[in-house]
Amino acid sequence: MSINNSNTLSRINSPKTTYQYDQFDKNFIRERVAEFREQVRRRLDGSLTEEEFRPFRLMNGLYLQLHAYMLRVAIPYGTLTSQQMRRLAEIADRWDKGYGHFTTRQNLQYNWPKLIDTPDILEALAEVDMHAIQTSGNCIRNVTADHFAGVAADEIEDPRPTAEFLRQWSSAHPEFSFLPRKFKIAITGATHDRAATLAHDIGLRLVQNASGDIGYCVIIGGGLGRSPFIGKIIREYVPRAALLAYLEAIMRVYNRYGRRDNKYKARIKILVHEKGIETIRAAVEKEFAAMDHTAFQQDTQEFERVAASFAPPPYETLPSESSKLTKARLETPAFDHFVSVNVSKHKIAGYAIVTVSLKPINGIPGDATSHQMCVLADACDRFGFGELRVSHEQNIILPHVKKDDLYTLWQTLDAADLATANAGLVSDIISCPGLDYCSLATARSIPIAQAISLRFSDMARQRRIGKLGIKISGCINACGHHHIGAIGVLGLEKKGQESYQITLGGDPGFSASIGEILGPGVSADQVPEVIEHLVDFYLAERQENEAFIDTWRRLGHARFKDVLRREGEDGADI
Amino acid sequence: MTKFKHPQILLASNLKDGEVVFLGHNGWERDFRHARIAKSQEEAQILETIGKTDYSANIIVDVYLTDVEITDDGAPRPLHYREKMRIKGPSVRHDLGKQARGAPDEH
Amino acid sequence: MALISNGEFVTDEWRRLADEEALPEKGKIIVSQDRLDNALKAPRANGDIGVIIDNTLEIDKLTPVLAKLGLIAITFPTFADGRGFSLARLIRRAGYRGELRASGRLLADQYAHALGCGFDTVEIPDDLAQRQNETQWRSASKTHQRTYQCGYISSGSILDARRKATQ
Repeated sequence: MSINNSNTLSRINSPKTTYQYDQFDKNFIRERVAEFREQVRRRLDGSLTEEEFRPFRLMNGLYLQLHAYMLRVAIPYGTLTSQQMRRLAEIADRWDKGYGHFTTRQNLQYNWPKLIDTPDILEALAEVDMHAIQTSGNCIRNVTADHFAGVAADEIEDPRPTAEFLRQWSSAHPEFSFLPRKFKIAITGATHDRAATLAHDIGLRLVQNASGDIGYCVIIGGGLGRSPFIGKIIREYVPRAALLAYLEAIMRVYNRYGRRDNKYKARIKILVHEKGIETIRAAVEKEFAAMDHTAFQQDTQEFERVAASFAPPPYETLPSESSKLTKARLETPAFDHFVSVNVSKHKIAGYAIVTVSLKPINGIPGDATSHQMCVLADACDRFGFGELRVSHEQNIILPHVKKDDLYTLWQTLDAADLATANAGLVSDIISCPGLDYCSLATARSIPIAQAISLRFSDMARQRRIGKLGIKISGCINACGHHHIGAIGVLGLEKKGQESYQITLGGDPGFSASIGEILGPGVSADQVPEVIEHLVDFYLAERQENEAFIDTWRRLGHARFKDVLRREGEDGADI
Repeated sequence: MTKFKHPQILLASNLKDGEVVFLGHNGWERDFRHARIAKSQEEAQILETIGKTDYSANIIVDVYLTDVEITDDGAPRPLHYREKMRIKGPSVRHDLGKQARGAPDEH
Repeated sequence: MALISNGEFVTDEWRRLADEEALPEKGKIIVSQDRLDNALKAPRANGDIGVIIDNTLEIDKLTPVLAKLGLIAITFPTFADGRGFSLARLIRRAGYRGELRASGRLLADQYAHALGCGFDTVEIPDDLAQRQNETQWRSASKTHQRTYQCGYISSGSILDARRKATQ
């Protein structure tokens, strides 16, 4: 069943700046939809038990959550066309409840689909070259990338062609679809790590070797969850032509030797931790040497084919400064704040990257209504070559906006409650859905994010505080990345009550670190107050331009712990 | 088996649409106020047996017993906050889930 | 047990020998991995001996005798345990040409994976075969027409097809 009355297909007039499915890609996802339709039918008639069906529904992004099923749609490397965004809105209206939730893995979740409708939803996605393949399950998950890919000023190479190349290679893999546990790959081509590559099963960094060739630094064994680990470099440089072969060697070692006796010890990070990186490196190199490399002979050619479809949009030649922008900033302070906080440097003169925050004060982090999705689709058609990005911070990016257009764009966004000027600030909180939706959660996360954002609702104060990443997870699985938040909040159950453990000093970047626990858990009511004390202490102690994490590193964890102890003595109940 | 301490109800998810359902006197109910309350170990076992049968018959999934107290109007009220959430809907969107159809909205 | 070959339920020519059972002089028999060395010492027609192995077996234990084996069955302790797929790849890479069999509670939905990794046959318990009948296995053999991966067995890799289409 398709969306026939849709006008999405007739509205494509934007240039092709991202991968275009060919007939083989289209056939592949249609085959997968047909397969899942059949699996649903066989589940309902009892050919498949729930236990048997589960991995297949998960491999098609379908979970069973607290109130309903949940469908997680893949947005590979966070790149989305306006047409695809409109389709997401249409699906939300037709089969769900008029909204969606953008996740920390650059995906979109619908919270209310019915099992029996899911094949139709997948078909509607397939019509716009989208799918939900491998957004869950013990397989290679949706590959994530820097959300500023292709436009960042600090980039060696756009990581998205590699990510697409890996998406294809990992899809319905005959050998690696029943791994010990899920497997996440992230990639960056920039000198700043916006993709948290050290917190993934495999992190890839595009690097240049001495002779100027571009290849990959391969990191393995990072990950959050119950036992967080920072990834380790397994090989400094893998040439592009050998990337798939090298990854296949890693996957085979993991598939054979990763633990299967305990689900909490099954990720590759545990294998690397228990055996040591040297042992794993030796095993991977041995396998790499023993492999039949003829199967990879077409890789370079195929990579080039994929890369060609990520051509830059037809930028105009513009002066680097826009007098129109300067004037509007002077006239409209709110717009000026938006530009200073939510607009980033573009590699092309006269253009800018705009972050649209999905974190309004008291909002649900990452949620967007179907109306907002349509506004974003229209806005990027009008101002941004029809392309959008989803960041792992759960925001939407318009990657190529003319500086001259920023003011009009801002007005458009503002009218749809999409102009919150808090990108990277204390209220730009990453949060998993928590116990409001998720069946794994041990506590709620969204109300905590809401309460913190309300506590810091004074935007001038937020700007004074500056960049500060707060990340909240509603259980130890750490979908909210709390371990790598400068301030992390983890919701747990303690004696039948929701309790929150606060960590400090996490860092998602190249200098990645895992946060340290501040003290005993606190109640939901106390979280904003504790965070406020910590922030006030930071403001009092920070040196010029010093970020929270740097002050914490300079002063040490104990000084921050003391803050709470002192506050406690002063009578605050924490 | 753990000692029977509190009355219990049996809840599950409907296979076809995923909605939370409660075993009532005449099959599966979408409103927890119609849930059949087990007041003894034996009654709880009867509920569980029906649950297992319907799980095998591919009607419901994720079926389990949960502890409740009985309120003044005779309705069951889950003791754990997770199930309190499940009988209503998300605490951050009172317009969604069962609570939107008139189930109590206090959390 | 039901045996699936080419999408059909077929009669098994092989007989699984219990460990306490004496080695017959003739016929295709499958022995446990512990008994393999002894079984191969007995004078028999070549290719009459098969072995059933754990999915954790190291391939070098098998390499010296691969040419003598008519069948290798890899156990799947649960359908979610994918180690057997990698082991099958390694056995094929080592040059084994005989029958490679997946033995366990494999689902029809995994048939394409099994074939892709080099298995010829799948052996499943009867209760599973009743729920997932021949029709389901037959249609499962056709669900993955083309794969993105090269070097796996399928009706063709997408990369090859692309190259042909653009030539």
